[in-house]
Amino acid sequence: MEAPTIDPEWKKGSAELLILSLLEAMPRHGYEISKLIEQRSRGALRFHAASLYPLLYRLEQRDWIKGLWVEKSGQRRRRYYQLTADGRKVLASQRQGWQAFVEAINLITGVENA
Amino acid sequence: MPDWKPLIRKRIAKLNLAAAREAEIVEELAQHAEDRYRELRNGGASEAEARRAAMEELGAHQLLAKELKSTERVNAADSPTLGGGARGPFWTGLGHDLRYAFRTMRKSPGFTAIAMLALGLGIGANTAIFSVVNGVLLQPLSYPDPDRLLKIYESSPAFSQGSVAYPNYLDWRSGTRSFTDMGTYRSDQFNYTGNGAPEQLNGEYVSASLLPVLGVRPQLGRLFLPEEDREGAACSAMLSDGFWKRRFGSDPKVLGRALKLNARSCEVIGVLPATFRLSDTAEVYLAVEVYTSVELRRRESHPGLSVVGRLKPGVSVASAQAEIATICGRLALEYPKSNAGYSGKVVPMKEDIVGGIRPTLLLLLGAVGFVLIIACANVANLLLARSTARKREFAIRAALGADRGRVVRQLLTESLLLSLGGALIGLLIAAWGTKLVVAAAPANLPRAEAIGIDPYVLLFTLTVSIATGILFGLAPALQGANINPQESLKEGTRGAGGGRHRVEGVFVGVEIGLAVVLLAGAALMIQSVWRIWKVDPGFNTHNILTAQVAVSPTAAGSGPQIRQAYDQMLERVAATPGVAAAAITSQVPLGEGDSENDYWIGTGPQPPQDKLNSAMFYIVTPGYRSALQLPLLKGRFFDRRDTLGTSPVVLIDDVMARHLFPGQDPVGKQISMMVIGPLTIVGVVGHVKQWGLDSDDTAKIRDQSYFPFAQVPDMFLPEAVAGLTLFVRTVTEPLSLTSAVAAQVAGPTRDQPVYAVRTMEQIIARSLAERRFTMLVLMIFAATALALAAVGIYGVMSYAVTRQSHEIGIRSALGATRWEILSMVLRRGMKLTVAGLAGGLAAAFGLTRLMAGLLYGVRPADPLTLASVVAILFSVALAACYIPARRATAVDPATALHAE
Repeated sequence: MEAPTIDPEWKKGSAELLILSLLEAMPRHGYEISKLIEQRSRGALRFHAASLYPLLYRLEQRDWIKGLWVEKSGQRRRRYYQLTADGRKVLASQRQGWQAFVEAINLITGVENA
Repeated sequence: MPDWKPLIRKRIAKLNLAAAREAEIVEELAQHAEDRYRELRNGGASEAEARRAAMEELGAHQLLAKELKSTERVNAADSPTLGGGARGPFWTGLGHDLRYAFRTMRKSPGFTAIAMLALGLGIGANTAIFSVVNGVLLQPLSYPDPDRLLKIYESSPAFSQGSVAYPNYLDWRSGTRSFTDMGTYRSDQFNYTGNGAPEQLNGEYVSASLLPVLGVRPQLGRLFLPEEDREGAACSAMLSDGFWKRRFGSDPKVLGRALKLNARSCEVIGVLPATFRLSDTAEVYLAVEVYTSVELRRRESHPGLSVVGRLKPGVSVASAQAEIATICGRLALEYPKSNAGYSGKVVPMKEDIVGGIRPTLLLLLGAVGFVLIIACANVANLLLARSTARKREFAIRAALGADRGRVVRQLLTESLLLSLGGALIGLLIAAWGTKLVVAAAPANLPRAEAIGIDPYVLLFTLTVSIATGILFGLAPALQGANINPQESLKEGTRGAGGGRHRVEGVFVGVEIGLAVVLLAGAALMIQSVWRIWKVDPGFNTHNILTAQVAVSPTAAGSGPQIRQAYDQMLERVAATPGVAAAAITSQVPLGEGDSENDYWIGTGPQPPQDKLNSAMFYIVTPGYRSALQLPLLKGRFFDRRDTLGTSPVVLIDDVMARHLFPGQDPVGKQISMMVIGPLTIVGVVGHVKQWGLDSDDTAKIRDQSYFPFAQVPDMFLPEAVAGLTLFVRTVTEPLSLTSAVAAQVAGPTRDQPVYAVRTMEQIIARSLAERRFTMLVLMIFAATALALAAVGIYGVMSYAVTRQSHEIGIRSALGATRWEILSMVLRRGMKLTVAGLAGGLAAAFGLTRLMAGLLYGVRPADPLTLASVVAILFSVALAACYIPARRATAVDPATALHAE
């Protein structure tokens, strides 16, 4: 059986939601975010650094997340991103919107727990 | 392990991010690549594999930069601060500089307003003058392919650019290979009747080929057909847009209607577009072959025809000139009687229209540029004075790490903002000033309709204001940046900085120097105009009313009827209370246009054309002598004895008498005139400055001849009466008699119009209009320059006195007298003044030469003029220094010494 193909447009549309979701619980750095997306999607979704970081900067510019350089002893400094209050609101509404979207798609395409 | 940083930096280099931001991004992405590499290596991947995968993270070459572009550009402007030493691109921090400049301007609204107003005046005046130069000299003519349009003249020893004989034009047109086609036109006047009040219209006879040559299309109807431009064709007419609106309310049904012009019925076939302008005043256009005069058919006659040709693509002006000369040479061999000595001259049409006014406009453009430089010098001095006050601010910024470049840029941003603000004010001034210039400009200023504020003018204003901002901002900016923070912060408000005061001195010197040049130019023009006014025109110009007249179309039938109509008209006018004398003339002294006739001595057969003499030719009635109070030097003037039945007579002027019969009495001698035949000289009158008060002495044709109106043969009469002028000698203010005279001219049939009513003094004023306009504008510029220079030197000297109050206090405490202190300050001011005067004199010597052509009776470097200019400027500068010097003597030593 062939691996299911994921349209790049779907990936783009969901990227913001994925990042915000991953930051909900705790602040994480960029590499960690990219690893988590890859692992939790079982390899179906992957973001290269070249698109991940610009996306992070954009979210930061919108004030949805906030980046901070953190220096832990014995390690080089890393930039951690954390969800802001605005980001939390956006995440809640995006999540709802996404669910409604998925349900709607399911209703039409009839892909029920296939 | 590979070093990822250079790779990443290379990928985002072209984004030109602020250095700090770029470093952050490089660091973060390099970590990511490193993490990935390390993970793969730990997982057992080969070095090459791990490296490839990590590279993959960075994406295709352009990807990263592309993705970052949308977010990072916006960030860039926010990051740099006060000086920060950012080595970013030009616009980095520009927003900051602008915001800061706005704040600075708001903090000192008085300074900002004065500086902007001064610059606005300078830029506005420049924009106004440039919009004239642009419209008149720079913009192409509004015809398609205007560069291929040439005017073609006949040239003779007397006229290098004379009008063309119609048969010659026809031969040129059929013989040319250089031109796609040629057209011809001739101004005339038409008595328009039958649609309300009678009216005299200006119009043009045009060949059917003229409008297609120019590339003009009608806005309504059609152009002339070749068969309408043939001898004996019915009269068709085209209307100007203005006339169509004025008399027909833009009614499209005007086509096919009949107009009565000179008692002839002409069918309207078309209306020309509003932009079309052959001559400023023409309202109707008829085909040239409809002009029935015999003059049109004669090769000897030059009845004011102008010829325009359109060059074939790729043909040069020089080869067209050569071809016309060849054709003229052939015609001279074929028709030696009329054409010997005549050739042809081609002139690009635009040059023909604007060539005469170019020196004047360029002179004014140069002069107004000087005014702007003076305004700049003043604002620069204001800024310099203020930069001293802001010295602490610059020092703080320098201490915080702002480099010189950043401070210079900040200050230049401020001065550019000032000059752009000045430009906005300037545009308002220019919009108004351009109208003023057009209104004050001589009526014969060509292409006045093309003058206005267009994109070229806006571009000019923008360029000038940016150049201005840099010009006056650079010196203060360099001065401001050139600060040692430690010294400045330690010091109080009293500063050193001898350099700054030297610069100030240079500015004031430059202002004075430029003011010398402008004043010298204005003074030379004033003298020229004054000298021309004093020239004796050869007759008494006071209390003369002139008007163009035409007789009733009902009387215009036969020769005797026409003569009688004019006789009766003159009798009625002469009997009007307040009128001392009345006469008719075919040519107005000092007026526009000219009429000549060729003659030879004796009554023998006509010699070839190149052996003929030319004389100005006036057809007048007996009252002409009293109307002008023209001096009669010998013999008699015309009287009632001179009629068609008696032997033809002529009067000549003293110039012609000396020319023809040196040392002899010309009365009783005979000459022959072209067309008219043998004539007996019955008297000699004084010479009239026909060509203009200034240029008559150097004109090529100066002989003047007068022929009695009563002896004009019937055959030539209809043509002789076109455009006759009535001269009325009054005993009161001439214009007060206008309506009384008009009523008498109108006569019992009330259909004889009077138009173009002017006094002789107005005609003379008009002949001097261009010079007077130049004089007026130069005077305004010179006065502005003088005022600005006075303000400049006053400002610098008062500031110097304030700055030196400490020193002055010590001096007076040590016993210096009031006089000693006064002369100390004055000496310093006068040193600047004298340096400026010396430089200005040298410049004036060179630059006034450029206006030699506009001067009359005075040499460019006239010592007396220059001396008076120097005297005026010196006194003004002395007065401007005296006020601060007086204040210096009032400095109280105790206060001055306590102040610190």
